[in-house]
Amino acid sequence: MRGWFLPLAVAFGFIFLYAPIVSLVVFSFNESRLVTVWGGFSTRWYGELLRDRQILGSAWISLQVAFWSANLAVIVGTLGAFVLTRFGSFTGRLVLTGMITAPLVMPEVITGLSLLLLFVSMELSLGWPAGRGITTIVIAHTTFCAAFVAVIAQSRLRSMDESLEEAARDLGAGPVRVFFDITLPVIAPALVAGWLLAFTLSLDDLVIASFVSGPGASTLPMVIFSKVRLGVSPDVNALATIIIGFVLVAVIIAGWLMRRAVKRDIG
Amino acid sequence: MDGRVIAAESKPWQNPSAQPFISLRGVTKRFGNFTAVSEVDLDIYRSELFCLLGESGCGKSTLLRMLAGFELPTTGSIRIDGEDMARVPPDRRPTNMMFQSYALFPHMTVEKNVAYGLLREGLKKSPAYERAREMLRMVKLEKLARRKPDQLSGGQRQRVALARSLVKRPKLLLLDEPLGALDKKLREETQFELIKIQETLGVTFIVVTHDQDEAMTLATRIGVMKDGVIEQIGEPREIYETPRSRFVADFIGTVNLFGGKVDVAAPDMMRLDIHELGPVLVPPQTGLTHGQTIWGAVRPERFSLSRARPENTQNAWKGVVEEMGYIGHMSQYRIRLANGVLIRVSQSNRLRDEDPISWDEKVWVSANPAAFRVLTR
Repeated sequence: MRGWFLPLAVAFGFIFLYAPIVSLVVFSFNESRLVTVWGGFSTRWYGELLRDRQILGSAWISLQVAFWSANLAVIVGTLGAFVLTRFGSFTGRLVLTGMITAPLVMPEVITGLSLLLLFVSMELSLGWPAGRGITTIVIAHTTFCAAFVAVIAQSRLRSMDESLEEAARDLGAGPVRVFFDITLPVIAPALVAGWLLAFTLSLDDLVIASFVSGPGASTLPMVIFSKVRLGVSPDVNALATIIIGFVLVAVIIAGWLMRRAVKRDIG
Repeated sequence: MDGRVIAAESKPWQNPSAQPFISLRGVTKRFGNFTAVSEVDLDIYRSELFCLLGESGCGKSTLLRMLAGFELPTTGSIRIDGEDMARVPPDRRPTNMMFQSYALFPHMTVEKNVAYGLLREGLKKSPAYERAREMLRMVKLEKLARRKPDQLSGGQRQRVALARSLVKRPKLLLLDEPLGALDKKLREETQFELIKIQETLGVTFIVVTHDQDEAMTLATRIGVMKDGVIEQIGEPREIYETPRSRFVADFIGTVNLFGGKVDVAAPDMMRLDIHELGPVLVPPQTGLTHGQTIWGAVRPERFSLSRARPENTQNAWKGVVEEMGYIGHMSQYRIRLANGVLIRVSQSNRLRDEDPISWDEKVWVSANPAAFRVLTR
């Protein structure tokens, strides 16, 4: 029974997960303007994509947003994880534990809506942020990306031998010094992995960005989505293929870094 | 089991006017409802190699961590070299610690690891690395200075950890199971190396271990811990020969424990009534009264075996060899007495051509009165 069942199940699983992606990649090299009719191999749509100012502009915005939100998310997430793993019990610990991971399970629509309301009321009462654009998207993406970074950093901090930090204290380093000399370098691979994950999550996000962005700050997913609503054009396939390539590379690097860090710890 | 023998004049603990280097008074540590260390009073003198010995969870590591400053005592005081340590954080204590996991910084080379403490002290780079190399020469690792910890063997890591903890010339070195991760042969070699280093540098060592052989070999004195309390403090020989409780007698080495009562407690004669053995003559000692519940403890090597009934002793019992193990330099026996009691006896094999007592032989087990250590708890 196991002889044929296992390979079949694996094959079915892979087809289920990756057939749509493979077909998308294949059709991105389609000569024909009709998305579902094969008209021969061509890189025509990639060329067309490069001439599309709207798409290039939004891609640039998306990259900027992803870069800054990944940076901020790593800082916020690491600090949160450090407090939760190293400061023992303190008042509000349970609340912080729950809140730091809440964005992971919160429906994006709610996150987006609540952030929009926050930004609007802040603008009315504080005058900042003035209007909505890249800044508000970065803040919004930081909140949910920080949750992912916090989870990764927490698991790394937990598995790290705490006597490393104690040894540094013992040798005469103050607590801040220990954090920068020992803790940070040891968990660095996990933080890089967290950064890459945050970057791709931010790059992917459509829902939250739609809520909190303003005129002139459409991210790439927003532009694609609006294009698709007018009918699927082949250059979107080309764009999606490029994004898949990006994400794939980032995820592979992140996974490799995590694996290497764990190995070094054990070895 | 050969304890360290120290010249009498270098035993400050026998001199009531000697100043202790480390002194703990009423030190208690609680974690929630759990009391890890309870009311410990302890004096340790300069240049001692003191071993805290006990099973895992007895509080010995917690005690060590309180000395290093990683834990603060719930109550009680710790003084090192006359200075109260209550408000001194670990980075400002005159102590260094060698961790059980060695805790080598994985992202630094061996020499960086060793120099780290010196750099934190404010030393410039080149003298710091110079001293780090000197230390590595002492532990015979100067060739591996540029390696990372994950490129070293267990024994090499242990020596890096030792070098790192000694490089700042601490007044007190704390070692948490320093040899625990090494294999047996390496452990024995390293034991003597540790003693040599300790004697050369004159640093006070406190070693935590669960290995009684290690404690006996290394220590000037041993503190045997159980459930957060120090049961007995003494030189290795004292701990082995005159244990104060059944726990200590049983924990250090092998022992035959018998329960009973004091039968006769006269100044010139003392007789016990042991449940398992009947009347037993022991040397007279003070502090015991007729009818008191006691335990008699006898080390296996203090019993003698013979085929004929030994003369001029009343402490002799008849039995059968139930099991025998030949170890080489000695043989271990289990003798079943007529009343069913098992006695462990070991005999050293001093003659090559002797006709050894073997399985199922009928033998006499005997012990002279001084073989019995009388315990009241």
